[in-house]
Amino acid sequence: MSNATAANTATEEKAEEVIDLTAANAVIDKYLTLHGNLMPVLQGIQDEYGYVPKPTIDLVAERLNVYPSQIFGVLTFYAQFHLKPRGRFIIRVCVGTACHVQGATRIVETFFDKLGIGHTETSADLRYTFEKVACLGACGMAPLAMVNDATYGAMTVQKVDAIIADYNQRPMKK
Amino acid sequence: MSENAAIKILICQGTGGVSMGAKEVEAEFFRVIAEKGVDAIVGKRCDVIKTGCRGLCANDVLVDIITEEQGRVTYDFVTAEEVEKIVDEHIVNKTTLEKRKAKPYYNTFVDQQMRVVMTGCGQINPESLDAYLAEDGFKAVEQCVKQMTPASVIDEMKKSGLRGRGGGGFPTGMKWSFCAATPGKVKYIICNADEGDPGAFMDRSILEGDPYCIIEGMMIAGYAIGATAGYVYVRAEYPLAIERLQMAIDVCYEKGYLGKNVMGFGFDFDLRIKKGAGAFVCGEETALMASIEGERGMPRPRPPFPAVKGLWGKPTNINNVETFANVRHIILKGADWYASLGTETTKGTKIFAVTGKVKHTGLVEVPAGMTVREVIYNVCGGIANNRKFKAVQAGGPSGGCIPADILDTPVDYDSLIKAGAMMGSGGLVVMDETTCMVDVARFFLTFTRDESCGKCVPCRIGLKAMLDILERITEGRGESTDIDKLLEMGTTIKKASLCGLGQTAPNPILSTIKYFRHEYEAHINEKRCPSNCCKELLLWRVIPEKCVKCGACLKACPVDAIKWEKGQLAELIIEKCTKCKSCYDACRFMAIE
Repeated sequence: MSNATAANTATEEKAEEVIDLTAANAVIDKYLTLHGNLMPVLQGIQDEYGYVPKPTIDLVAERLNVYPSQIFGVLTFYAQFHLKPRGRFIIRVCVGTACHVQGATRIVETFFDKLGIGHTETSADLRYTFEKVACLGACGMAPLAMVNDATYGAMTVQKVDAIIADYNQRPMKK
Repeated sequence: MSENAAIKILICQGTGGVSMGAKEVEAEFFRVIAEKGVDAIVGKRCDVIKTGCRGLCANDVLVDIITEEQGRVTYDFVTAEEVEKIVDEHIVNKTTLEKRKAKPYYNTFVDQQMRVVMTGCGQINPESLDAYLAEDGFKAVEQCVKQMTPASVIDEMKKSGLRGRGGGGFPTGMKWSFCAATPGKVKYIICNADEGDPGAFMDRSILEGDPYCIIEGMMIAGYAIGATAGYVYVRAEYPLAIERLQMAIDVCYEKGYLGKNVMGFGFDFDLRIKKGAGAFVCGEETALMASIEGERGMPRPRPPFPAVKGLWGKPTNINNVETFANVRHIILKGADWYASLGTETTKGTKIFAVTGKVKHTGLVEVPAGMTVREVIYNVCGGIANNRKFKAVQAGGPSGGCIPADILDTPVDYDSLIKAGAMMGSGGLVVMDETTCMVDVARFFLTFTRDESCGKCVPCRIGLKAMLDILERITEGRGESTDIDKLLEMGTTIKKASLCGLGQTAPNPILSTIKYFRHEYEAHINEKRCPSNCCKELLLWRVIPEKCVKCGACLKACPVDAIKWEKGQLAELIIEKCTKCKSCYDACRFMAIE
């Protein structure tokens, strides 16, 4: 995993230098007058950049007049905020109750195995991020996996191979 | 206008439907009907209508075709390739495709239920205000404002006996009256749609299938309590629900159903969606409010209760999605009608999400008081794959297990609590003989341990310590004192935690020890897993006497560890086996252990 960590640190450093704050400022402008705007602002920033880059935290702190520590507290509390760049394809495997009893564990383990990354980790080439999630609310199709917005129901170990083969072919550009 | 059309094609497009290709099926219907000029051929207009989830997602894409001659016919597992054939045969030739029709299970599943809250789901277009208005939409709020005082609306709710559907079961009318009685100019209504319980998805279905009924329910609550602003807190894992609800809210603002002087009634009501960010504890009301305020979602001590000091210190009323969905039906049909359904202490209907090892998984709305057995066997068709029932887990990570011998427990708040489980949000996860109860307990504890917010020590550290013990047991390193330790810690955590998460997190362990102590003992004393589930304790083999030589295990195995030829007994090559259990789950004859 040392490679992936090194890559992440590298992109982080690079991001600090070149990050363009125009989009972040636009998000803040949009919610500036809203009561309780910290989370919508952070969610908006994450939608723009794919994660919450560090320079934007300082920007939000200054413009909303909150402590960076408070923002950091919120970011680390909620599972859906990310402080590091994420993969092009986010693979999420449901490990809710229904999926668990239908064998979600073997799906998770196969993905770990084939991708070489664990829970919430991103591959060094930024192609994949893997996440276990608790219940996507489609228990009728357990066990369930999602890649970005596409849902794959009734998963088997064999289907894992097919999905990875499919997404390996897809372009990195959106 | 679409109501007068003679032929209606309803396509189920909830999260389940869409992921099985409902959009492609819809497009294909449009294409085929336009290309062939079907409207002209049959002399009637064909309307393709997208509907919300009807609660049988496992069999999507479901398509209903309603014609004058054939009535309503349902097709299941429809793919885009079949659409042309269905249009040709069913609509043009007027002959039902018997082979492709949903089997009798579908009618059993639907007929055994009593749909009140879910009447709109799967029947109307959730994105169309006109469709909602045609179903008496916004009539209830009109009736409230024009004919009733806020106090009489609350009285009506009290009389109906409706109890909070989020799990706590607190009487809704009472809750409203507390908030109404608190003085204050600014009050808030919050709809809790942070449906975090793994295995429950009724709130998602309602939001996707009938978003306007939530808006109306909240407006009525707003009128009764004197609140002029509302929030719907939806978890971010439900993108489609957020999209549809946002669309509905936008339309309401445009047409004057929300905003200043609502519908010309002289009261204001603003509504906005607050998107969650992935924290289970935010389903707890005080944590949810902290989250709306933009803080870490940590619970606060009660009292003061939200009705006195809630969101931004103002009086606030929080109800669950399903509770709000009930409101308009109570107003329209009357509290007496509602109170006539259900049992002495639990009125009305309740939606259950039945999942796991059952034949037909889905959403089931039944009057409270039906027994668990009836729900599983009559409505959902019993256990899948010919296996034996072991237990049903009710109430998610806060609930408990109901074993086979008390299956006749009625589904109401009090009976379930007496059985050691709870209603919770209504998830019923069915487990068969291959599900290990120790593993299930471990599973829930992993979940609650991860989701504990960390505020109270008993929950933060206690759950971790319990999980360590359970992991040890499932790996075959259990000690004889472990069960007593678990019981003692579980009781302490329940007593010493601040919020609902900590107070209920030990329930799955306590209830499995209560009913399945022998499984814990087998793991600890004999180092074996009676359900063949905990893989550290297992060595797989084929039982020759039971094998019927079908080859299902060969197909299921991902690593070629099964040797099988037609007419031969299967053989398991242990060196290749990764213990993934695919073959075990695939075998219908329990010939692998």
